[in-house]
Amino acid sequence: MNDFLLIFRRDFTNKEAQPSPEELQNSISAWQNWFGGIAAQNKLARPLQRWDISGKVVKADKHVINGPFVEIKESIGGLVIIKAESYEDAVEIAQGCPILELGGNVEIRMASEPEG
Amino acid sequence: MKDQELIPNLFRTEYRKIVSVLCRLFGMAHIEIAEDIVSDTFLAATEIWSTKGLPDNPRAWLYTVAKNKTKNYLKRDSLFQQKLSPEIQYHTANTEEFELDLSVKNIGDSQLAMIFTVCNPQISTEAQVALALNLLCGFGIQEIADAYLTNKEVVYKRLNRAKEKLKELNISIQQPSLNEINLRIDNVLTTLYLLFSEGYYSTTQNTTLRRDFCTEAMRLVYMLREHAHTNLPKVNALLSLMCFHTSRFDARSDQNGEAILYQDQDESLWNMELIDQGKYYLGLSAAGAQLSKYHLEAGIAYWHTYKEDTTEKWEQILQLYNNLLILEYSPIVALNRTFALAKVNGKTAAIAEAEKLKLTDNHFYYSLLGNLYTDVDNALALKHYEQAMDLAVSTADKLTISKHIQQLEKLI
Repeated sequence: MNDFLLIFRRDFTNKEAQPSPEELQNSISAWQNWFGGIAAQNKLARPLQRWDISGKVVKADKHVINGPFVEIKESIGGLVIIKAESYEDAVEIAQGCPILELGGNVEIRMASEPEG
Repeated sequence: MKDQELIPNLFRTEYRKIVSVLCRLFGMAHIEIAEDIVSDTFLAATEIWSTKGLPDNPRAWLYTVAKNKTKNYLKRDSLFQQKLSPEIQYHTANTEEFELDLSVKNIGDSQLAMIFTVCNPQISTEAQVALALNLLCGFGIQEIADAYLTNKEVVYKRLNRAKEKLKELNISIQQPSLNEINLRIDNVLTTLYLLFSEGYYSTTQNTTLRRDFCTEAMRLVYMLREHAHTNLPKVNALLSLMCFHTSRFDARSDQNGEAILYQDQDESLWNMELIDQGKYYLGLSAAGAQLSKYHLEAGIAYWHTYKEDTTEKWEQILQLYNNLLILEYSPIVALNRTFALAKVNGKTAAIAEAEKLKLTDNHFYYSLLGNLYTDVDNALALKHYEQAMDLAVSTADKLTISKHIQQLEKLI
């Protein structure tokens, strides 16, 4: 088993891209069921953590701006660290992520041990 | 109360109080002396009351005799007196003046101190529970052996090992500080919950004893509530959970002691008074920001007090199970969560999730699959129940599974 980082991104700024209140309401139980399903397989690697929606960005010139991140239009909505056998296994779990229903995407990264 | 019941009842309620006060006074190193003094006191009561009749106030009589026996012991054993905690020496100029404090306040404080002494993570959980049953609840070795379906020898050894360990660690029995309470309350609650479960899920046929274990566990949690520093939201949540569970005590087994599953229970046998108490403590548990597993479990138990299946009920139960798993994984919670998922999203969705659990050494896993496949694919359901039968150990579990197998065989 390896640890995998799943980052959920979607566009939080563009008005047209926002889900309706009803969609959001349905989304809450979908998220809870998705997390519950991962936890039921004992594949939650770390406790869940909520993240502030706005955030800040430090630019190359050390200038700080408020999030989100104009270049890619999408913000991190949240993240979870899970245990999975392989990328294939992690992808299967990510395919159930409710962010996809809201037009977002999931980035997956496997944890790597420092070398040496 | 009948005379012959008086001594056992007083033993149950008073033994632990006097032992706690004496243990706190003498220190863990001299726990046998504390136990001897109290046993002698009860022996004297049995002898004298049977010949001379009952005193007007039996409890006061016991306290006086315990006080005198303590004083005599201190007078007789000067060596012990020198070793004793400085407390006695500090409070009294000499043992002639020494008076054992058996006030309500000191008994309460001593019992709280004892709870934190006994529920010590440095001794095994099993030993903590056995010690709690013996020292905090006043159960005799025979009763504990009956509940564990074992013999007195085993319990005696387990208790002695635990007491030796506490002596070795040289733990002082004192009122826990606020900091200690914060650090150790979770362990205390775990032990008390296990003590409760020992009664609630014990396979012994002795239902009176099982009920007594549950009542005693609840009394100890209630005692935590009575002290300001330990009257915490999660303590109320645990008490609420225990109230909801015990409310179904009369409904959960038949005359032969066989288990009756939740869905088959006669809800008119549920104890409404305990359900109301559970709701009251659940309300109190909502104070503060911390959400413990006891809050979530109490929430689940709360929704189970409504027998009728509604969408709201099962959605709430499912979300509580989700949160419980996110907080702390346990195979049995994962299985229960999947059962709730079937109630909310249907059997097909739940089967897909259930098969991901892969708890292939757990008979409950196959029973769940058997349940989910019933009416979806009865042949497969039967196969799963048969696998559950192969893995099940206890007679009660085997009986439940065989009932399902019989029903399915009729359908196929």
